[in-house]
Amino acid sequence: MKNVYMISGGVTKFQKAHPNKSFRKMVKEAFDYICKDLDMEPKQLINCIDGSVASYFSDHFAKQLMAGIMIQDFLGLCPKPSFRTEGGGATGGLCFQNAWKEIASGRMDICLAYGFETMSRVETWKGNEFIALASDTNFDFPVGGFYSGYYAMMVRRHMYEFGTTIEQMAKVSIKNHKNAMYNPYAQHPAELTIADVRNSEMVATPLTRLDICTMSDGAAACLLVNEKGLKKIEKICGKSIKAVKIIGIGSGTDTMRLSDRPRGKVILLPWEDEKTYKNLEYPGVHSFRAGRVAAKSAYEMAKIENPFSVNFVELHDAYTSSEIQTYEDMGLCQYGQGGNFVDEGYAFMPNIDYKLIFPNKNDRGLIPVNPSGGLLACGHPVGATGLMQAVFAFWQLQHSINKHFGNDTLQVRNAKKGAIHSHAGTGTYVTVTIMEAC
Amino acid sequence: MNAINKNIKKTKSNLLDKIRGKYPDIIVKIDPYHIDYINSYAEDSLFFQKLQEGKLMGSKCENCSYTFATPRGYCTECGAPTEWLELPLEGKIHTFTVCNFGGEEFLKECPYILILVEFKNINRAFLSRLTTDKKKNLENELLKMNQREASKLMIGRTVKAQFKKNCENKITDVYFVLK
Repeated sequence: MKNVYMISGGVTKFQKAHPNKSFRKMVKEAFDYICKDLDMEPKQLINCIDGSVASYFSDHFAKQLMAGIMIQDFLGLCPKPSFRTEGGGATGGLCFQNAWKEIASGRMDICLAYGFETMSRVETWKGNEFIALASDTNFDFPVGGFYSGYYAMMVRRHMYEFGTTIEQMAKVSIKNHKNAMYNPYAQHPAELTIADVRNSEMVATPLTRLDICTMSDGAAACLLVNEKGLKKIEKICGKSIKAVKIIGIGSGTDTMRLSDRPRGKVILLPWEDEKTYKNLEYPGVHSFRAGRVAAKSAYEMAKIENPFSVNFVELHDAYTSSEIQTYEDMGLCQYGQGGNFVDEGYAFMPNIDYKLIFPNKNDRGLIPVNPSGGLLACGHPVGATGLMQAVFAFWQLQHSINKHFGNDTLQVRNAKKGAIHSHAGTGTYVTVTIMEAC
Repeated sequence: MNAINKNIKKTKSNLLDKIRGKYPDIIVKIDPYHIDYINSYAEDSLFFQKLQEGKLMGSKCENCSYTFATPRGYCTECGAPTEWLELPLEGKIHTFTVCNFGGEEFLKECPYILILVEFKNINRAFLSRLTTDKKKNLENELLKMNQREASKLMIGRTVKAQFKKNCENKITDVYFVLK
């Protein structure tokens, strides 16, 4: 298996609608950003690339089947090989891992992963319907299919089992929206209070509008290489590149229907003890088993024995609740401790004033989660999202946040290892990828 | 009409207007799209037939006896075929939510309650609607209530399956009410 590196990435600004840009144009912008980043002419990069993987979730949103080939064509990458990856909200994370496989297997030396979503093509309620079609259309969708409703039922059970509170969820919203104030790519930067989050419109109890990410238009692209590919590109652009190594990938799945989630034993991480969970029925609907499996295998591959040897996480916070649930799946804290993890401030940036009180100043920023602002504040153009996380994590590990964001507020000072986490509806597909600065 | 419905009406087709206002040189048009699928319930057909008789059919593994409240042809625990199993018509609320917003098809029904029902001695649960006495307006009460109190009030409550008189061969031919 070859070593795989990420050497560049690009993201368009995510916004509610980009009607002046087709999905092809948006991906092209992300691609051109990579060219600029590497000081290469598009033609030089096109000549180097061995193939690509396309990431987009919904043919309904695109109103176009085989949108992937239209991008390949638009970028000038034909006749090189390409294929589409699709796995709901985790499409981007899965695409990134597929590009990794193209390199790791030795099939390609240089592979481009690109993704997009154009969700502004329909009104929000129609978009909700499209997304809900990613639940069982015979047994789930007709009942009142609505993803925010599914997640609301999941967190309701998390609150019931563990005492998680709506205030803890609101703090996640405060954190991610505030972080986004320093990220020029973010769709919804905002300074919020707990009252703002709770007083925004109720969507599905207990989740309000500000507990939930919005629909967006946007694109992202990542360039992955092996050592041979890296040397080739360094030779062309005439400079040494600060590459980031991909040291672990993991992915998992769970049942499509929430009602079919089993209630068994916790899948333990190496540092956990079965006794901790003797009365917990797992995963039920309170936890994401796929996220646990993905984290466990990524940690094993990356030889991570302590989750805090990872310095930050960009995770799939489509809901404030799922950020809390994911802390637990990824072993940042025990199952049931996600709410406390928020209160302690571990996931907050140490240098930003959130207008919140944390019990112990020194513990804040132990492992910043979603320093970029996450999906809640950056937006969630589904097929681009997992790749966006990879780009932001890559810039963190390159220590180039200042260059790309125009300020270094969100630069995690000790960023040496980072994790990205991508998640599809109710935790059906989840990926975790660990990256390390070289 | 509750507050959020008013809001939705107010914002209807706002996106198109906004886009046109912001990008006067870009041509944006409405493209309608409609599909009538010939949808087969295939191996799950009996479940829908039995709803007309007021019966709720789940599945039981022929090999390991694992039970599913939502039918499936094969067991997820061992891969063996399942047999049909008549479920009790009473269960308990495992979790719930009041949807105050939703996909287009359900907007007119907001607010509505989704529940996961757990049945005694059945390993897996069942997703359904909780229908309430309109006069009591439990939905609005739950929307306003402290969320911890709402959980206390609802989780573990016994619910009873009801069946529509005019079945449409849809999962919504069954719904639940509080006992």
